[in-house]
Amino acid sequence: MSYLPYAVAAWLCLVGLFGVATSRNLIHLAICLTVTQSSSYVLLLAVGYVKHGRAPIFKGIKLGTPAVDPVVQALTLTDVVVSVVVVALILALALDAHRLSGTVDPDEIADISG
Amino acid sequence: MTRRLRLALLVPSLLGLGALFAWSITGLPRFGDYRGPYGYVLNQIVVPLRHSTNVVMGTTFDVRGVDTMGEEFILYAAVLGVTLLLRDEAGGGRVERRTRRLRSDAVRLVGVVLIGGGLLVGLWLVAFGYITPGGGFPGGVVLAGAILVLYLIGSHRDYRPFRNEHVLDPLEGIGAGGYVVTGLAALVSGMPFLTNLFGYGQTGTLASAGSIGILNGAAGIAVTVALLLLFAEFLQTYVVPLEPEDAAS
Repeated sequence: MSYLPYAVAAWLCLVGLFGVATSRNLIHLAICLTVTQSSSYVLLLAVGYVKHGRAPIFKGIKLGTPAVDPVVQALTLTDVVVSVVVVALILALALDAHRLSGTVDPDEIADISG
Repeated sequence: MTRRLRLALLVPSLLGLGALFAWSITGLPRFGDYRGPYGYVLNQIVVPLRHSTNVVMGTTFDVRGVDTMGEEFILYAAVLGVTLLLRDEAGGGRVERRTRRLRSDAVRLVGVVLIGGGLLVGLWLVAFGYITPGGGFPGGVVLAGAILVLYLIGSHRDYRPFRNEHVLDPLEGIGAGGYVVTGLAALVSGMPFLTNLFGYGQTGTLASAGSIGILNGAAGIAVTVALLLLFAEFLQTYVVPLEPEDAAS
């Protein structure tokens, strides 16, 4: 149980990578990549968890109450932004690929080659 | 590379990676057994020093404020990249798509409620971001999402003001530039870049946390507008040919 969140992160990473490598559709590929990236959110939040800790927000809560690590939460925020950006760029590339080759299957696009 | 060969290479390497993960996980401290000093330190010092009760946002906009500036410009760069990738290439090979205007009153009603509620929640998340859970980044996403619902339930014509680059571009500039200007203001006052130089105010009120509030607002604007610009770019490649038809209806 005490390693479960880390195991979930590892599983998400592997499953996402499998999806990316075997994808037959660029949009599906983009979603698989977000799954892989979600593993890093799970890992970051799991690493910063303090047993019985609260969210690090001290509105109406006494200072000094055990709270989880705010640094990894801020890093997760950055992570989410990067993920959104990468997906946006992949989707734009997918649109372009579809416009040029008429397909969103990465294998077929490779066959056309320019 | 054939699919079979790819699978033959992929499965063993993923299994190997999984084994490495399993090995490394067993070497980590147990879940909940937090070792690092930074979380404890920040949870102790951010509220007394910066009067920002949301320590995550206090960290984001003050302790690692320079990082967050980079983060804002990541979004900015993404908008730029998508715009360049999807730039209009004389409309060659475009397929005309037909759309029907949405006629279901129930969907429209739910949409209107979603827009109203989304805007309210988004503004609250941004405004109180450094006091209660929220902040410029999540709040901006909710705001942009609420505005996009207008496109889903209405027509492109209803949505047109929200994908007007002449309105969005300056706003994005204000969002991203506001952050830098706040940092430069400290520099001009003879302090290091992004020093929190406004009064810290009373903890737990809107007038607290000094420049964290300003940076939070700037990030809120930048994120909302960046997402709207991204939507606009995608919608433009998709719906532009429909506009004459739409205007006639």
